[in-house]
Amino acid sequence: MSPLAAGAAVSSPLAAAGPVIPNYRSASSSCVVHNHLFCTEWIAHNWSPILWPALRQHILLTAVAVALGFLIAAALALLAHRHRWIERPTIMLTTVLYTIPSLALFELLVAPVGANVLAAEIALVSYTLLILFRNIVIGLREVPAEVREAAEGMGMSRGQVLLRVELPLALPAIVAGLRIATVTIIALATIVYVVCNQGLGVPIHTALGEGPFKTELIAAGGLAILLALAADALLVGAQWLLTPWLRARGA
Amino acid sequence: MAPRAARGLLTGPLGLGLPGRDPPLNTADTAHNEGLSAFPRAAELQLREVSKRYDGQRAHAIRELTLTVPAGEVCVLVGPSGSGKTTAMRLINRMIELTAGDILLDGRSVLTRDPGELRREIGYVIQQIGLFPHQTVTENIATVPRLLGWERERIAARVRELLELVDLDPGEMGGRYPAQLSGGQRQRIGVARALAADPPLMLMDEPFGAIDPINRARLQDEFLRLQSRVRKTVVFVTHDIDEAIKMGDRIAILREGGVLAQYDTPQEILAHPADDFVARFVGTDRALKRLGLSTLADVELVAPNGLGTAGERVPLTMSVRDALSLLIAGGGQPLTVLDGDRGGHGEDGARSERVVGLFTLEALGGLLEHDAAGVPQAGQS
Repeated sequence: MSPLAAGAAVSSPLAAAGPVIPNYRSASSSCVVHNHLFCTEWIAHNWSPILWPALRQHILLTAVAVALGFLIAAALALLAHRHRWIERPTIMLTTVLYTIPSLALFELLVAPVGANVLAAEIALVSYTLLILFRNIVIGLREVPAEVREAAEGMGMSRGQVLLRVELPLALPAIVAGLRIATVTIIALATIVYVVCNQGLGVPIHTALGEGPFKTELIAAGGLAILLALAADALLVGAQWLLTPWLRARGA
Repeated sequence: MAPRAARGLLTGPLGLGLPGRDPPLNTADTAHNEGLSAFPRAAELQLREVSKRYDGQRAHAIRELTLTVPAGEVCVLVGPSGSGKTTAMRLINRMIELTAGDILLDGRSVLTRDPGELRREIGYVIQQIGLFPHQTVTENIATVPRLLGWERERIAARVRELLELVDLDPGEMGGRYPAQLSGGQRQRIGVARALAADPPLMLMDEPFGAIDPINRARLQDEFLRLQSRVRKTVVFVTHDIDEAIKMGDRIAILREGGVLAQYDTPQEILAHPADDFVARFVGTDRALKRLGLSTLADVELVAPNGLGTAGERVPLTMSVRDALSLLIAGGGQPLTVLDGDRGGHGEDGARSERVVGLFTLEALGGLLEHDAAGVPQAGQS
């Protein structure tokens, strides 16, 4: 079978004769036709129309969820830092949110807010809260008592102690929380397609319905993994830059 | 031992005869002190019937504590645990609020001051030091000057000066983080940080408590040398009576419940403990401790006739207590006392050793008689 013939067969739903070749989008090649495990040509063809938009949406979904989650968690953590009683109810509430199965949560949100990006973001943000809140609270709490006492004893105000001493020292714990939250959200964002048809979950879902052809599944899933690794590396790098005192220890 | 001897002059009866206090040696830095604070370099501290009772507790932590620390003197608060010595110290910079009474710094009540502003004018050193782990040595020392809004160059100059003051090389140490320092270096940085804005009062809560005995003695000596230059009013908390005797111009002994048992010079407390509690607290070896406050220079030595230079050779600056210990160890053999010890810095630069006399048990007897008769009046002054 010549590539041309195969191409014609792919593009035409009327090509009923011969092996059933599903519609793998406009791209076709001997690789696609022979159903190889991974076709770089398909990727090249579908990068701009399918993969890149999905990846961009995925990055945006994650960034917005982690940023909003961080703002909410940080506000709650600072409150709990000053008023200890706030900590337990917040942990309980965010734990409940964290344990709701994600598909069920999307379903629950569709009724009040509709099947849209808002529903997706609300769900994603709610999954970041437990991790971020706990890590910020722990980071602030583990600042050594004598360091805090010295800061107060030298005449720093509460705000100055927080900004100049407590937050910098809590940074490693905060970044650790951000890393877990980010990777978790990148994974979870692959299923928000059920409410808003966005993100890398869309091509993954399509690929699952396409039978034996695996390139789209591998490409979209691989992108999600690469995105998670890249985001994690970015956060590790940021922490490295922001905490020179931890590097100096061995010197 | 040299700093001890030098201090003896200042704290003893002769102190009154000195033509005013020596000008502090860091006069070179007056340029940095312009407009720093309304305080002179050292301030008198007065506690007036200060009481503290924590909420929900019946017993007082501090009960009607009254004492005055003259400007430029070291007052050691000492007592068993539960005597409220740390509480008393923390009342001064309002880390704890008092229940009754008043505290005056340079005649001005601390209660009328904004706590933050007050604390920026009081140096504060705690046992664990509490250096900021995320800041370099330079940044740590610059903490209070930065809070006060000093200009960059002034802060840099002050940090350099302070590092030199505590015998650390600014070029080598300035960029280090606390984790890269030894315990003794951290302690020195803690003191430098507390001195940064030239506060008129220093509060030190067991500052050498976490240091091993050998380094502790060195840091104590260093601090005494430093104090003889900067002449701060210092409130120093310790549970160790030996440290109190060594460091204090005056010692306030507190008993359980925060009651002042005795407030006096080390000599006076050792010679005339006010009651059984004080006597027990300073220990049955208080006569020996008292000998630790004198050097061989205070002793009428036996003329070195026929005996020549027998026995161990010791410098004139050695404490009588150490000399007695050597005397006993040597089976009573008289010690030969030399002037101008090798390590010392003679005023005239002379390093030659001259035999001053012999230290024997008889010589010691003379000192104790003299002490019992003479010192109490002096201590009262």
